[in-house]
Amino acid sequence: MIATAEKVTQRFHPVSAPDYLPVHLLRDLQLGRLQATVRRAFDNVALVRERMKAGGVRPDDIESLDDLTRLPFTVKADLRDTYPYGLFACPLSDIVRLHASSGTTGKPIVVAYTQDDLNVWTSVMARALASYGIHRGDIFQNAHGYGLFTGGLGFHYGLEALGATVIPISGGNTDRQVMIMKDFKVTSICATPSYFVHMLERASEMGIDVRELPLRAGGFGSEPWSEAMRHRMEEGAGIKAYDCYGLTEITGPGVGAECWFQRGPHIFEDHFYPEVIDPATGRNVPDGVEGELVVTTLSKQAMPMIRFRTRDITAIEPEACQCGRTLRRIRRIGRRSDDMLIIRGVNVYPSQIETALLAVEGTMPHYQIILTREKGLDQMEVQVEVTPELFGDRIRAMVELNEKLTHAMEHSLGLRVNVSLVEPHSIQRSEGKAKRVIDRRMES
Amino acid sequence: MKVQQLSLFLENQPGQIVKPCRLLASQGINIRTLSVADTKQFGILRMIVSDWQRASQLLKEAGYVVNMTEVVAIEVPDQPGGLSTLLQVLENSPVNVEYMYSFPSGRRETAVMIFRFDHPDAAITLLQAAGISVVSSVEIYNRVETA
Repeated sequence: MIATAEKVTQRFHPVSAPDYLPVHLLRDLQLGRLQATVRRAFDNVALVRERMKAGGVRPDDIESLDDLTRLPFTVKADLRDTYPYGLFACPLSDIVRLHASSGTTGKPIVVAYTQDDLNVWTSVMARALASYGIHRGDIFQNAHGYGLFTGGLGFHYGLEALGATVIPISGGNTDRQVMIMKDFKVTSICATPSYFVHMLERASEMGIDVRELPLRAGGFGSEPWSEAMRHRMEEGAGIKAYDCYGLTEITGPGVGAECWFQRGPHIFEDHFYPEVIDPATGRNVPDGVEGELVVTTLSKQAMPMIRFRTRDITAIEPEACQCGRTLRRIRRIGRRSDDMLIIRGVNVYPSQIETALLAVEGTMPHYQIILTREKGLDQMEVQVEVTPELFGDRIRAMVELNEKLTHAMEHSLGLRVNVSLVEPHSIQRSEGKAKRVIDRRMES
Repeated sequence: MKVQQLSLFLENQPGQIVKPCRLLASQGINIRTLSVADTKQFGILRMIVSDWQRASQLLKEAGYVVNMTEVVAIEVPDQPGGLSTLLQVLENSPVNVEYMYSFPSGRRETAVMIFRFDHPDAAITLLQAAGISVVSSVEIYNRVETA
């Protein structure tokens, strides 16, 4: 059974052909597209033109891919400052779609697509899905939100192009999600990792073992997730959980996708050019060294992005992948530079908590970090929901569990941590991106 | 010989214990006996109920984490030395009592104690060899039904 599934899953799909371009042709293609993109942005986007002039660089100066480093960065604040239409490189009459990402502070950021842009987006999403082994005949539950969020529609169009059967259920109504997953014999799914784990919990409470359903693959993304989360999803659902990398500013989902070997997403480099920089100095770092991912769009018409700083911390993986794709891979995003918490001067990432949780009991319960300040000193509490695997009837075992979790976290973070075991479902669930941190330090 | 005990994880906060009790009540499930162990932060509610399979399913559907443990019900003479005679049997054995609590026996001259042993089967063998009455699961559920 497994052998058959592997065979089907690894079958080569024609949409994947660009994934295997010989490297010298790929670099040629990238350079041509980069030059056109820089020209287009310079001619049509005031902010890019002014910055390039200030930096003493003109579109004609881009003679090789290495010249990319001469160009100025674009940051998220630029999209906010030019809200809503200030970075468009074409007349509104050519724009056929707008999306927006929720800003945590007031105004959202807006992104635009021409018909060509949508076609490219659809093609990269189809390639992403094909690399997860999803094909015509698959029944796909699209649990990403439909609407201004790029997740729902991005997957939707890619799936239709591939010929898979889409269930456009969108996010929310978890009981119905579980019912449809079972009744419609769903074979594949997309969601945020935290929402999918919530679905698994709910299914188990409803007496449904997802491992026994036909579900076999999922594309997950739009929030950083750890290997611990992957383990939880794969074990709990009996599936392969693939990373789908993307961000609204670049196109939405489909900037990169993991292949069968799950060694970090391959970037669809014929459309999105990756660099990694030291976030402090802005200088490029060598392959294999961790830093902030910077992406330049190579074919976007409505809103070209020159060296967009993603805030995602990763490294370009230099080794070739066993799948044979020539597209470079990045390390899967486990953290973002803006996820980083500074607690009593120590840098802390939520993914470190996940690693500690997995190390203790081999499971990844739902958790939340609560930061407070007492007498000027930062206090960190980690609330961990008790799962059936963690729970026993003996109080001593539960107290020991609490101590072990505390010890593992303190060891991994180098900080004093108060661990609280809490009831299942007492931490609020999100249908989209999980809210892992509640920072109340400014309230006291 | 062994009886199924349901355990629930509860946060140590006002109002937490009433919710599962209300849920079981609404479905006509009788809690025959219970015990609570608590720490400053959380507690464990342990119960022997009239229909443990249904109770367990209802509580899981309501989102509780439910643990099933096999405990042993032992009839103890309700007189001085009743419990100590029993415990002496286990005194020099490797069997450890994790915790215990009482169960209404429905008889005047005896009490029934619920024991959580680390090794229930070894405990039962030792107790029976010493002639101590271990209440069978059928009997205890009958008492649950009829009491």
